[in-house]
Amino acid sequence: MSDSATAELRKTALNSRHRASNARMVAYAGWDMPVEYAGITAEHMAVRTRAGIFDVSHMGEIEIAGKNALAAVQRISSNDAGKLAIGQIQYAGLLTPQGTFIDDMLVYRIASSHFMLVVNAANTAKDYAWIAAQVAEVGDAAAIDSSSRYALISIQGPASADVLQPLTGVDLSGLRYYWYAHGEVASARAMVSRTGYSGEDGFEVFVPPNMADRVWQALLDAGRAVEVVPCGLGARDTLRLEAGMRLYGNDIDESTTALEAGLGWVVAWDKDGALGVDVLREQKAAGVSRSLVGLELIDPGIARHGYAVLRGGQRVGVVTSGTQTPFLKKSVAMAYVPVDAAAVGTELDVDIRGRAAKARVVPLPFYKRSKR
Amino acid sequence: MAYPADLKYTKEHEWIRVAGDVAEVGITDYAQQQLGDVVYVDLPEVGRKIDAGESFGSIESVKAVSELFAPMAGEVVAVNPALKDHPEAVNSAPHTTWMIKVKLADAGAAAALLDSQQYESLLG
Repeated sequence: MSDSATAELRKTALNSRHRASNARMVAYAGWDMPVEYAGITAEHMAVRTRAGIFDVSHMGEIEIAGKNALAAVQRISSNDAGKLAIGQIQYAGLLTPQGTFIDDMLVYRIASSHFMLVVNAANTAKDYAWIAAQVAEVGDAAAIDSSSRYALISIQGPASADVLQPLTGVDLSGLRYYWYAHGEVASARAMVSRTGYSGEDGFEVFVPPNMADRVWQALLDAGRAVEVVPCGLGARDTLRLEAGMRLYGNDIDESTTALEAGLGWVVAWDKDGALGVDVLREQKAAGVSRSLVGLELIDPGIARHGYAVLRGGQRVGVVTSGTQTPFLKKSVAMAYVPVDAAAVGTELDVDIRGRAAKARVVPLPFYKRSKR
Repeated sequence: MAYPADLKYTKEHEWIRVAGDVAEVGITDYAQQQLGDVVYVDLPEVGRKIDAGESFGSIESVKAVSELFAPMAGEVVAVNPALKDHPEAVNSAPHTTWMIKVKLADAGAAAALLDSQQYESLLG
């Protein structure tokens, strides 16, 4: 706490609006960010049933362009960026040579030799240093940290398209999941991306920072009929956890591999020269010793990050994220456990401050939206 | 929300309502605001003896866990059964939603706790 309390916190373009709206603010990844407005539960439920808007301008954007841009992205990304059409987006790991996570990211193909990576706020500087070095190694391409050029507003929830459509010329019905389009939103130049971190349909809108407040207000106005609410990082966390999405720094980091994290699906196994993929191939052949699983608590309480997972009284694993999910109304967690304790239905205990609370391994994600 | 004058308060943001030699204990409006949505309250067994300042349970909100500290010494004679199904009552009615009832070892010790004005000036 001491660092964040004393260091100058960065502010997004929407900071004064958050403060004027009496949002509860916290220091997060060096930024002064809203953690909740009306309350995490109400915000979470709004996104599951209607729509909510989030300021996620703290996220980093790193662009790679130049003749060898694709080769450079193929080197640093676990996934196969060669499969991306212009306008398409891919989830991927930014891996160490050991197959662990420097970060996780979204890879946008802007042009055949131009990519944009959207990375976690806490990692932007670290990622950029790593990426710039790798791009230099490949040669004939450049990496630019363009984070300050964008404010990023996310609208998530089943009513998202209905709220956003009147504000933009982009045909949202033609915009598929994990695709984006250039256009305008509330007369501001924007990139509209059908992505999110909530487990619902939704859009992430990149706009120039000086247009952020106007777009935010336009979304609130357009969403009045469906009671769109502003949401903070608290609901963002409970929503992503309910949807089984990993959070960097909690569930994945430089000590966990993509296979252990259950993210083998973001690894392009037959790709040559990608950092970390060789090691992951060996790990896949040999088998992992631990896996990230979903837990549902049978006894009362919440399993929080860092709590021990017990089997027969012995510590065998660790909780990485946990909460009482507002929509499912269950106490759930993600945890690394030995593979022989990872089967769905396995009963384990979580050490909740000295009390062994019963839990059961359940499939991930905890929540999956119904396709309409 | 006003802080009722018939309650005594602690710096750890618990309140206590003394009636004779039995008292109800809860957390203040400020405490529930800091916690956010309460989802679970872990309370002791009836019969447990607690000292002033001792942790007697914990309260879980969506985002954090916080310990509960006894404002005064005594023996737990009741735990609020309604909290099991409706922990959110701590948010909606913090000053009437008691967590435990305590048979006080020394009811006179209440004089050492903060009154509502002192508590409000502590919050600033």
